[in-house]
Amino acid sequence: MSDMSMDSAAPRRSSKSLHEVDARTRRRNAAETRFKACGIGAIAIGLFFLVVLVVAIFRSGLPAFTQTVLDVEFALTQEQYEDAESQLFKTKAYSQAFNGALKTQLDESGVTLPFDEASIERIAGKVGGTIREYFRANEDQLGQPTSFQLAASSRVDGYMTGRVTRDGFQDSRFLTLADLDLVDALEDAGIIRTQFNWNFITGADSGVDNPGGAGIGASVVGSFFMMLVVLFLSLPIGVAASIYLEEFAPRNRFTDLIEVNISNLAAVPSIVFGILGLAVFIQFMHLPQSAPVVGGLVLTLMTLPTIIISTRASLNAVPPSIRDAALGLGASRMQSVFHHVLPLAMPGILTGTIIGLAQALGETAPLLLIGMVGFVARGYPDSFIDGFVEPNSAMPAQIYTWAARADAAFYDKAWGGIIILLMFLLTMNIIAIILRRRFERRW
Amino acid sequence: MSFVKLTASTLAIAAVSATAAAARDNVQVAGSSTVLPYASIVAEAFGENTDFPTPVVESGGSSAGLKRFCQGVGEEHTDVANASRAIRDSEIEACAANGVTDIIEVRIGYDGIVFASQIDGPDYTAFTQSDIFNALAPKVVVDGELVDNPYTKWSDFNADLPDAEILAFIPGTKHGTREVFEEKVIAVGCEETGAMDAMIESGMSEDDAEDACLEVRTDGRSVDIDGDYTETLASIDANSNGIGVFGLAFYENNTDKLKVATMSGVSPSTETIASGEYPVSRPLFFYVKKAHIGVIPGLKEYAQFFISDELAGPSGPLAQYGLVSDPELAATQAGVANEETMN
Repeated sequence: MSDMSMDSAAPRRSSKSLHEVDARTRRRNAAETRFKACGIGAIAIGLFFLVVLVVAIFRSGLPAFTQTVLDVEFALTQEQYEDAESQLFKTKAYSQAFNGALKTQLDESGVTLPFDEASIERIAGKVGGTIREYFRANEDQLGQPTSFQLAASSRVDGYMTGRVTRDGFQDSRFLTLADLDLVDALEDAGIIRTQFNWNFITGADSGVDNPGGAGIGASVVGSFFMMLVVLFLSLPIGVAASIYLEEFAPRNRFTDLIEVNISNLAAVPSIVFGILGLAVFIQFMHLPQSAPVVGGLVLTLMTLPTIIISTRASLNAVPPSIRDAALGLGASRMQSVFHHVLPLAMPGILTGTIIGLAQALGETAPLLLIGMVGFVARGYPDSFIDGFVEPNSAMPAQIYTWAARADAAFYDKAWGGIIILLMFLLTMNIIAIILRRRFERRW
Repeated sequence: MSFVKLTASTLAIAAVSATAAAARDNVQVAGSSTVLPYASIVAEAFGENTDFPTPVVESGGSSAGLKRFCQGVGEEHTDVANASRAIRDSEIEACAANGVTDIIEVRIGYDGIVFASQIDGPDYTAFTQSDIFNALAPKVVVDGELVDNPYTKWSDFNADLPDAEILAFIPGTKHGTREVFEEKVIAVGCEETGAMDAMIESGMSEDDAEDACLEVRTDGRSVDIDGDYTETLASIDANSNGIGVFGLAFYENNTDKLKVATMSGVSPSTETIASGEYPVSRPLFFYVKKAHIGVIPGLKEYAQFFISDELAGPSGPLAQYGLVSDPELAATQAGVANEETMN
């Protein structure tokens, strides 16, 4: 028995060897493996949701980039033009002229299906505005046959892109089953076709009954002017504040208080800034309502802490030896900061700024309160200054507005808008990464 | 230093924009999200058909819109408030306190409120006001006694209704729609089921009983929706047992997803609402600040354009979208033309 126990003691001793794994080590290794598995699992879940999100966005958003158009050639006579211009609701008269031309073209194409003016009206979108604009700008074209590619109604567009299907289709005053047969016939005749929707990228918002005319371009411009305001206010203010706090300010209770409050400001919900914007910028300072300049000011407040915090971090990362060397050679403190420290901290500052801007670009909540949500992005500003003060919307606000509209076609537009917004955010983040990679110095 | 230049140019821009702000040339509208679709249709057409800039129409709810409208006279305040209910006396007083005295009330037409559910959900096809009251009130009458609402299923109080859990998505209190829902559905149901009489018998004054009638149960079977109808639609999509409150126009745009219930045997449509047969409808309004007419270019023209026969009439684009046009449109047109204010 004692031999046995000696034998069993021998392997225990040899288990002290690093080559043999004892139970405790095995447990620790198992714990590590489990932790790694958890980490990989977490990443996998994250990636899974990312893929689901991207697939969902692209599946729902891509229809916004195609458009169903009616290709119709017609001549508007001088009398028709004058008659339309004499009416109160001029664009309706133009629409009717277009519908008449479409009907003629349909008769000539030999389509045998029964159709009447009402069904033509249901198939054609709201086209009067475009036609009026064209002929007012080109009065010499009156009487000349002109070819128009104009949007079909949102239901027809839905039918062509697969959103509206024949099974389960219910006749309504917007579209009937007989109209769908007519649409098929028109497609065979080459009058209806789908094409890339440039108007979605360049156009402005439209009324709720005209999803075909809606575009995100105007609100991209609104976002651009807001970002200009944010950039030109928050960058100099943020950088000046951080340089002072980091390089010049004495360390005392007062500067500690300021530091704590900057961190607090970074955590304030953005809607609070919206309320502040309404009270201070619009009602007290009398800046214009719904204007990108106000949106920019509000978002500046929101972006400032982000920029200050990242700027201070990158100033902090510049080794003290650089400052000491500059001071040792007789530079003033200001010279050492502006000639040596700041250039070295610049990549970090710019990265922080771009990330702050990207955050501001996607912000909707404060814009709700300063009147940038609704039917606001109605067109492009006339001049650079107008870009700041003319009412305009912003991309996330426009997406929100579209998502709330009854016609399902606007839902596609909202997803399409998300794709555009994501592209802007992606571009900005890539620029931030490139800046960091190219200019960052490591010590 | 370049930062100094940047700051200086920023200040210059801010200064220029501040002066440019002194001349607003577009009409500024805010208010009801029910009126917003119609206002956006009109605003787009107004911009296309006249030489005035396209008005800006903001959303936010009737109460929020009227509150902003009443904040004062001047370019920094809105010119028009959209509302899915009539302005209240308290709001008129608030307006007057801020110097907004001359208000032109414009009725644009009528809107029906419908009860709709998921198209594949339970058979909610016929409701009466009493059914809705029994389902949603905190206290109901059972066997002549006023008790805490015991019902969990629609079939508990009306055997004709489906055997499905009660779950309703109703407009939140900031919406004008809520008021109509309370007034035309809940209050009527309260009287019809005898709950109101029971409350008065139990010692409540008539006014208190009327207020108590309008309360809804708070055990989660009635959910307030503060957002737009799309939010209600999403909730209905997620809950096959749910019924939701929608505007007629919204329902008509989404007939492929929703099925509508009749109210007291009448199905909602523009015809039944115009004739007054369908009981749950309300007028839609917008309010114009008279002091801004002549100051803000195009304000009066916008109001007149909105209610012209071509737009708000029975064959206009608003009716096409779902507005029930007002048979007395001509009187409203005359009122706006003469700038008749409320007294």
